[in-house]
Amino acid sequence: MAAPTDNRPTSSAGSNIDSSLFYNPTARGIFYQGLLVALVALAAWWLQSNVSTNLAAQNKTLGLDFLSQTAGFNISFGLLEFARTSTYLDVYLIGILNTLLVAVVGIVLATLLGFIVGIARLSSNFLIRKLAMVYVEIIRNVPLLLQLLFWYFLALNAVPGIRESIEGPFGIVLNQRGLYLPALETDQRILFAIAALVVAIFLAVIWRRWRIKSMEEAGRRKPVLLPMLAIMIVPVVAVALIVQLPVAFSVPELTGFNYTGGVVVPPELTALVVGLVVYTSSFIAEIVRAGIQAVNYGQVEAAAALGLRDNDRLRLVVIPQALRIIVPPLTSQYLNLTKNSSLGAAIGFPELVNVFMGTALNQSGRAVEIVILTMAVYLTFSMVTSLFMNWYNSRVAMVER
Amino acid sequence: MSSSQSGYVRSTMAEALPPPRSTTGVGAWMRANLFSTPVNSVLTIAGAALVIWLAVPLWNFLVADAVWSDPEGIRGEACRFDGVGACWIFIQARIKFFIYGFYPNAELWRVNLMFAIGVVLLIPLLTPKAPFVRTAAVLFFIVYPFVAYFLMAGGDLLGLGVVELRRVPTAEWGGLTLTLIISLIGIIVSMPVGILLALGRRSELPIVKTFCIAFIELWRAVPLITVLFMASVMFPLFTPQGADPDVLLRAIIGICLFESAYMAEVVRGGLQAMPRGQYEASQALGLSKVKTLGLVILPQALKHVIPGIVNTFIALFKDTSLVSIIGIFDLLNTVRAAGSDMAWRSPTHAVTGYIFAGFVFWIFCFAMSRYSIFMENRLHTGHKR
Repeated sequence: MAAPTDNRPTSSAGSNIDSSLFYNPTARGIFYQGLLVALVALAAWWLQSNVSTNLAAQNKTLGLDFLSQTAGFNISFGLLEFARTSTYLDVYLIGILNTLLVAVVGIVLATLLGFIVGIARLSSNFLIRKLAMVYVEIIRNVPLLLQLLFWYFLALNAVPGIRESIEGPFGIVLNQRGLYLPALETDQRILFAIAALVVAIFLAVIWRRWRIKSMEEAGRRKPVLLPMLAIMIVPVVAVALIVQLPVAFSVPELTGFNYTGGVVVPPELTALVVGLVVYTSSFIAEIVRAGIQAVNYGQVEAAAALGLRDNDRLRLVVIPQALRIIVPPLTSQYLNLTKNSSLGAAIGFPELVNVFMGTALNQSGRAVEIVILTMAVYLTFSMVTSLFMNWYNSRVAMVER
Repeated sequence: MSSSQSGYVRSTMAEALPPPRSTTGVGAWMRANLFSTPVNSVLTIAGAALVIWLAVPLWNFLVADAVWSDPEGIRGEACRFDGVGACWIFIQARIKFFIYGFYPNAELWRVNLMFAIGVVLLIPLLTPKAPFVRTAAVLFFIVYPFVAYFLMAGGDLLGLGVVELRRVPTAEWGGLTLTLIISLIGIIVSMPVGILLALGRRSELPIVKTFCIAFIELWRAVPLITVLFMASVMFPLFTPQGADPDVLLRAIIGICLFESAYMAEVVRGGLQAMPRGQYEASQALGLSKVKTLGLVILPQALKHVIPGIVNTFIALFKDTSLVSIIGIFDLLNTVRAAGSDMAWRSPTHAVTGYIFAGFVFWIFCFAMSRYSIFMENRLHTGHKR
């Protein structure tokens, strides 16, 4: 089956006994595939008829009309407004948004921690190297669900109560009710500043391209990074001053028996993010270590022989080659993190699986529709990721002779 | 001829230089590995501080302040005081539950016998160059599952009425036993199915190929927990009326579908690494396609991807803990259930349970990964440059 194309002449079919229809690879292929299609169709028909009899016995029909019905339960945490009168569609959207929130925060932090640990594993310092190794070997070999339960237990029990809250810098407060972060308070004029930032980033990227091209033509180095930052920041500040953007930080403060102000991150979310970040970072660390080790040391020596500076050797020779090896498995770790965020269901964080496949399914009893809708979300994430991967792979593919 | 008068020839021996700094011993090792540069020195001190900052409380929690014995038999109360460390008596008291779940006490010998047979069969399989590998493989992969099922579930052997064991429903199976059973079934099923899917994905027949790709990508895209939810709520709809598949069986089917897809991708990596010459050579020898795959391609391809296969096994073993979410009492769920036992209300017994479960999982996974490194080194000796 897996053999390369069969080069036997098939034109002589019929002229000798070996190429009778029974031995003809094309005929066999058609036969096998027909068999497979028939089997799959039979199985699908059988399943479908079972589903329809079972549903009929339960007086149920299939359809998406339930999405507009009132859900009638509450969700403890969400990025959108949610009330008991909201519909199942709102539940779906809130679940997706919460999943995405965990995924985005988790991916950023796990990448940072993973790169630090991965580089530490290659350190020339014995102690640092071994510490990183112990971290990776412990974390990788314990189930994520167990780690999440552990962190959730800590977030509820080992963290001090309100009176003894841990107060960090910038007004960050940690206690049993959750993690309190300062919040930016502003009004709709922030949209002007955001628009300015987007335009400025676009301009900065164009300027950088032009600058690098002119540097290569002139053969002389000029500063790139600082002017780029200036191009990005100055217009934003200018726009903010022109529209008189009000900027204030609301810092959590102890008033009476509770903290007010700022944003509260519930313990479930803290535990979920910490657990996912710790777990995924140990895998990212291994990917980073393997990627850096895979770059032939001769490349560094060759770059040195060409007279490249230390920084340039890393930036122009080692990192681009290591990234080619690191990025594909790294993206699949990102996807894993997104999928693993569904374990929030076990510690009561209202992400997609918990609110939609759990509560909403139990309430509405629409098993088939809800399972398909939930899986469709993850399938979409996965497809977007693989589209990105295809684009990236074709961009960085090694050009060989 | 030398002259003692000339000023530029010294008349006395030069002062002996001090010996070079030793390059062996503790001091030299520390200079080279811990304090080679100022940055390294700072890192070493920070690392040492981190170790002390973590190790001292850990030692206190796990050993110094831990409760090791309960002579008065007061259970949870023994661990109910300020600054208590790990509550090890909780593990001692509930260890049977953690290993066997709700399995009836009088029948535990059956579980033990099953484990014993499994270990006896695994030893020749895992030891290089051991005798009877083929026999052990056949027994382990084909005969053993039936023997194990009979021992666990009980009933009448072959319906002859000769050997009869008390029936134990799957709802009473649990603990580490169940974790191992689910992983083992997952491994035994996902391997052949994964190989078939991988071959199908590389097939030239377009329909077979599309079907395999769709199957693999569907299961790889969704989280295992949604598969388990699906298995627990949708399988009853899929089966004919009246046939209500066992909850454990549903979970196992879900896990097998899921892991086969991952296994298929690992095996595909091995197949892709096979040079074209291997196919051409076996074609030149006149081997049929089946023989080419069975005798030439697969043995080499699978050998190439042993690390990937073992990684999939490790992931599968860890993933079995998710069945606790749909209410099956695997190791993690027994620990969780015991942790909410009112007789054991203490600040630390629940977390002690998690640490214990984590340690058990860790031992198995770490052993598997070390074994894979060992096998890799053994098999790769011929190819190393």
